[in-house]
Amino acid sequence: MDSNWQLFIDSLWPLAKGAITASIPLALISFALGLVIALLMALMRISKNPALSGIARVYISIVRGTPLLVQLFVIFYGMPTLGITIDPWPSAIIAFSLNIGAYAAEIIRAAILSVPTGQWEAGYTLGMSRTRSLFRLILPQATRVAIPPLSNSFISLVKDTSLASTILVTEMFRKAQEITASTYEFMVLYCEAAAIYWVICLALSALQNSVEGRLEKYVTK
Amino acid sequence: MSPSNSTLLSVTGLHKAFGENQVLKGIDFSVHSGEVVALIGPSGSGKTTALRCLNGLEIADAGTVGFNGGPQVDFDPKTKPKSAQILRDRSAMVFQGHHLFPHLTVLQNVTIGPLEVQKRARAQVLAEAHKLLDRVGLGAKADAYPNSLSGGQQQRVGIVRALMQQPDLLLFDEPTSALDPELVGEVLSVIKELAQEGWSMVLVTHELAFARDVADTVVFMDGGVVVETGPAAQVLSAPTNPRTQAFVQRLLHPF
Repeated sequence: MDSNWQLFIDSLWPLAKGAITASIPLALISFALGLVIALLMALMRISKNPALSGIARVYISIVRGTPLLVQLFVIFYGMPTLGITIDPWPSAIIAFSLNIGAYAAEIIRAAILSVPTGQWEAGYTLGMSRTRSLFRLILPQATRVAIPPLSNSFISLVKDTSLASTILVTEMFRKAQEITASTYEFMVLYCEAAAIYWVICLALSALQNSVEGRLEKYVTK
Repeated sequence: MSPSNSTLLSVTGLHKAFGENQVLKGIDFSVHSGEVVALIGPSGSGKTTALRCLNGLEIADAGTVGFNGGPQVDFDPKTKPKSAQILRDRSAMVFQGHHLFPHLTVLQNVTIGPLEVQKRARAQVLAEAHKLLDRVGLGAKADAYPNSLSGGQQQRVGIVRALMQQPDLLLFDEPTSALDPELVGEVLSVIKELAQEGWSMVLVTHELAFARDVADTVVFMDGGVVVETGPAAQVLSAPTNPRTQAFVQRLLHPF
């Protein structure tokens, strides 16, 4: 038992380092890029132009309809067959942001549609363009609506970064696997990794609550 | 202040259908400078749609809306009806449901148009906003968020937001219909003051007593057409058209 504790404590820093240098940055970068894709897709989906909304529909359908692990493998192991070799990190970022892009597109679309049409019209009567109304009036209000489901997506993403271990990104879970390779203490290391993921997600939930609270006054009543 | 003889706004032959439903079947009326025109009529008569066409919120299928000195918008689909939004340079709208922006303070709500769209000088705009908010009794609420205000206060902010656009014509779409009865008076009294100051306005309302008190001209609409137009006192007290008579009777004696 003592040696297990010792291993737990000794592994804490290597695992935390994996989280800080890989898992968390991977999640943050992918989420930021994913939100940009998602906003674009949401706007295309709402657009009256059938070509634009069609493209967005197909994209969302393919990405949501296929496993993330398979997407990672297609990008990292499959693309080199076509002569396109992508390093582990960029591969992971591409796969994760495309994934977030699809899921968050639907969240953002719903959030935009939840803002009453009167808000758009009030903007128009003040002489605002559609774009200005969107960014100045609608998105700030939609943000409040979108935060709980987007937090869900982000928390899922933080955990899904562990899949990047399969394409050679040395993130936290791969660190844990490396340690088990020499110690064979699977239970200790994997539970320790699980605990660290949990702590990160607890912190994210707390952040979500505080942001939600701060945006409460923006809700149209 | 009585209206002058110069025409500010002319509306001719306005047609609008939503799908199969022909809501406006050729609306004509005009507004003189300083005139208060009340659009009245039963639900579904098209009065709100007509008002929204004046601000380019609805694109009519045919007809013209023209301001003296421009812009003139011809809703003929062959021309560019989307240009109807230039009507917003001359008119400002007060909505039934106020539509204040909940994420902006009262002051930001009333200054966002002048500052960000009209690009007027900041110091001047802020001074004007504070003056107008004071005037409607909301000087102390400049930094409050709309959700913390009562319905009547929200609508008064809505009126200030419209005034801040410095329009030539104020449009009111049933400004008191969404309010609790005890809050109606505070909004109507602001509108009445503006009317007395000489603001030109078109007012869609169900408040007949108010229309008689404030409006110079009443336009009675029913079924998408103008049934009767005339001085407020005459149309509301001694209507000549049987449909107007029935409508006025029904509102005066609802039971």
